[in-house]
Amino acid sequence: MAHDVFEPGIVPGRLAPQNYNEGFSDLHPPLDEHEALVAADRCYFCHDAPCMTACPTDIDIPLFIRQIATGTPDAAAKTILSQNILGGMCARVCPTETLCEEVCVREVAEGKPVLIGQLQRYATDHLQQQGKHPFERAAPTGKRVAVVGAGPAGLSCAHRLAMLGHDVEIIDARPKPGGLNEYGIAAYKTPNGFAQAEVDWLMQIGGISFRHEVAVGRDVTLEELKTDYDAVFLGMGLVGVNALGAEGEDKAGVANAVDFISELRQSGDMSGVPIGRDVVVIGGGMTAVDAAVQAKLLGALNVTLVYRRGRDRMNASVFEQDLAASKGVRIVTHAVPIAVHGNGSVREIEFEYVDEAMKGTGQTLRLQADQVFKAIGQTLLGEGLPELDGRKIKVDGTGRTSLDGVWAGGDCASGGDDLTVTAVAEGRDAAMDIHTTLMGAAG
Amino acid sequence: MADLRSEFIGIKSPNPFWLASAPPTDKEYNVRRAYEAGWGGVVWKTLGMEGPPVVNVNGPRYGAIYGADRRLLGLNNIELITDRPLEVNLREMKAVKRDYPDRALIASIMVPCEEEAWKAILPHVEETGADGIELNFGCPHGMAERGMGSAVGQVPEYIEMVTRWCKMYTRMPVIVKLTPNITNVLYPAEAAKRGGADAVSLINTINSITSVDLDLFAPEPMIDGKGTHGGYCGPAVKPIALNMVAEIARNPETHGLPISGIGGVTTWRDAAEFLALGAGNVQVCTAAMTYGFKVVQEMISGLSEYMDEKGMTSVDELVGRAVPNVTDWNQLNLNYVAKAKIDQDLCISCGRCFAACEDTSHQAIAMSEDRTFTVIEEECVACNLCVNVCPVEDCISMEELAVGATDLRTGKTVAPDYANWTTHPNNPSVHAVEPAE
Repeated sequence: MAHDVFEPGIVPGRLAPQNYNEGFSDLHPPLDEHEALVAADRCYFCHDAPCMTACPTDIDIPLFIRQIATGTPDAAAKTILSQNILGGMCARVCPTETLCEEVCVREVAEGKPVLIGQLQRYATDHLQQQGKHPFERAAPTGKRVAVVGAGPAGLSCAHRLAMLGHDVEIIDARPKPGGLNEYGIAAYKTPNGFAQAEVDWLMQIGGISFRHEVAVGRDVTLEELKTDYDAVFLGMGLVGVNALGAEGEDKAGVANAVDFISELRQSGDMSGVPIGRDVVVIGGGMTAVDAAVQAKLLGALNVTLVYRRGRDRMNASVFEQDLAASKGVRIVTHAVPIAVHGNGSVREIEFEYVDEAMKGTGQTLRLQADQVFKAIGQTLLGEGLPELDGRKIKVDGTGRTSLDGVWAGGDCASGGDDLTVTAVAEGRDAAMDIHTTLMGAAG
Repeated sequence: MADLRSEFIGIKSPNPFWLASAPPTDKEYNVRRAYEAGWGGVVWKTLGMEGPPVVNVNGPRYGAIYGADRRLLGLNNIELITDRPLEVNLREMKAVKRDYPDRALIASIMVPCEEEAWKAILPHVEETGADGIELNFGCPHGMAERGMGSAVGQVPEYIEMVTRWCKMYTRMPVIVKLTPNITNVLYPAEAAKRGGADAVSLINTINSITSVDLDLFAPEPMIDGKGTHGGYCGPAVKPIALNMVAEIARNPETHGLPISGIGGVTTWRDAAEFLALGAGNVQVCTAAMTYGFKVVQEMISGLSEYMDEKGMTSVDELVGRAVPNVTDWNQLNLNYVAKAKIDQDLCISCGRCFAACEDTSHQAIAMSEDRTFTVIEEECVACNLCVNVCPVEDCISMEELAVGATDLRTGKTVAPDYANWTTHPNNPSVHAVEPAE
């Protein structure tokens, strides 16, 4: 079935096959050995380096870069992975331009930071592509821990617990582990099945079992988990999607951006993913940009990203905004959706311009649309959860919740940015506290 | 553009940049291209005696060390003198000199340490029209095992003897090339002068092993699993060469003896430094081997611009300008006091100065919560390590304390007069003479 970019409606196969390959290949191609050495040589090995402080997982960045520079990338990988077991994924998806690379002294001095993210990828790829797992389990403790959610927080927590000798069971509602790494991140950031390969590599530690398509609240209760295990870690993320609150948003063609990304990620063949001719994405975060850029890469003729505030308030970094613009995404700011028009299916979406105080100006904008993606945030779903802080599970600095024996981390827990790297740090730290608690009780 | 014309021991060349005797000057093809590229002179690859030429290894002849981005910092070689027949080299030299009469052409020579051998080769060299000869007493590998090269250069008496033979058997100016593989370069330099040398050139290469293969456990460069020491050259050896040149230039016995400076000259600035320390011209090899003959164009333009800025109209005005300021440690002014100063506008807060000072020096740099680095004058001895490790040029400087100011480290006032170690109260020899008074 041959379609092209001009055909109205939501159809697959708008592009020639090679266009999909180009669009969805690595956003940043990996550094080769010489490029890595040149990039590593630029690091000044700063004292008490700002990049380390900026990293939510506190990776010893100057040390791992020096290990690359001296020809020992596997040692560099171990430095990274000992702090961040998902260092390979973080190297791909971290907004380094607002974390380590933003504070790199060479960014400050020259506007050109050391390529910390790409060097981290070089080191972790070098180790993982050999199938080597550099950590070993401690002697069994006899303790069993349930980890809810196989995303970054859960995997990080599970690995650290397993390494410390505990037996871990991960429970996840989806068929595959990985969480947002597998279902929620733009394909060009983690191509070639990296998310699953990383999970497989992580599981080599041993002592971790995975129960898929089991949802807490539907198939098992938190109470049961508390009874059956010595400790529980909640890292189920945010699975609810906020509604637009606009008239007619139930029309066909209006979908959640996270579902679109998830289907795209699970599709083996991008030419089979249907996409509209005129796509509108509503939101200003990473999910909105990931949806908008991928809509463009699938062959949508017009893609507009509409955000209610100014670009400076967008959660998506400047790099992400520029990436979207470079792919041909039009960014409209200071506009909120008020109505979805169409006869059964969306044909048009109407916005009202708002000022900085979010007050309506009375001026409106209508965009032609055969597909609308909502990306205005996700919410925590579930019953019988520990006490909340706002809309998330309340935790202290070690991940403890209001319930004894229950810890939480990642996007579902309060505090920290909703980033992969933050989730990894929280999962790891909760694991350490679970370990201390369990072993203290045993001793 | 400044006039770069050079006259070194009577040998004229359009600029003071000569190619040193080495692989780049081994044959007519290269030398013609070098002259076309702008080189003022060429010292032809070392000639050996008549008969079957030496042979070279058939594996790697060079080893290297690198800086960032594989920038070549040091090179070593185990190549011998020319492995082409003497008559071929002589024929080519003659042809080249005929076509480039304005360029300097020097013949480097290494024959056994016997009077007859030198006596035999010199007339043949003269035949070519070469402007002078350079005696290779420096080559540290291969030929030294056969009693030539640095084996001669390490024995001052041999240097003097062979130099004297050469002065006796040729009218050509004689340059003696010195090896740095000795205890004190003044001994061979003085010997060359006693033998009647018109000039010395230095340094030849330094005995070295560039690296070790940690899988095969053998040194580099490696030939079939074995390696031998080779001659080290390139930017890394420049400081050693500068010192040896300066020592000869300021030594009363050798002062005034023309010097051809060699050792890591890579840019016009390197060349200017050799000239300032007393070299009359410079010889270059590694820079050409790394980047090709074209590098001389930067040397010409750079030196010319510098001389224009300084108002110098001839290279001779630069030669030796820094020699009076090279002195012994005991002549340094101990009443001079400086303190490090960090330019906060230039500082990028990397903290390297702090790590260096705190861990390995005098704990004289403070670091604040917001990564501001400041000098603690009470502790600073002005050692300069912070300046050396700072990645930002001119960010940290050494500021001289004015006369009358208080040095917060010692609590003493900076004195106006010059005072050195020879008169310092802590000097034991000062006390030794006191009772006699």
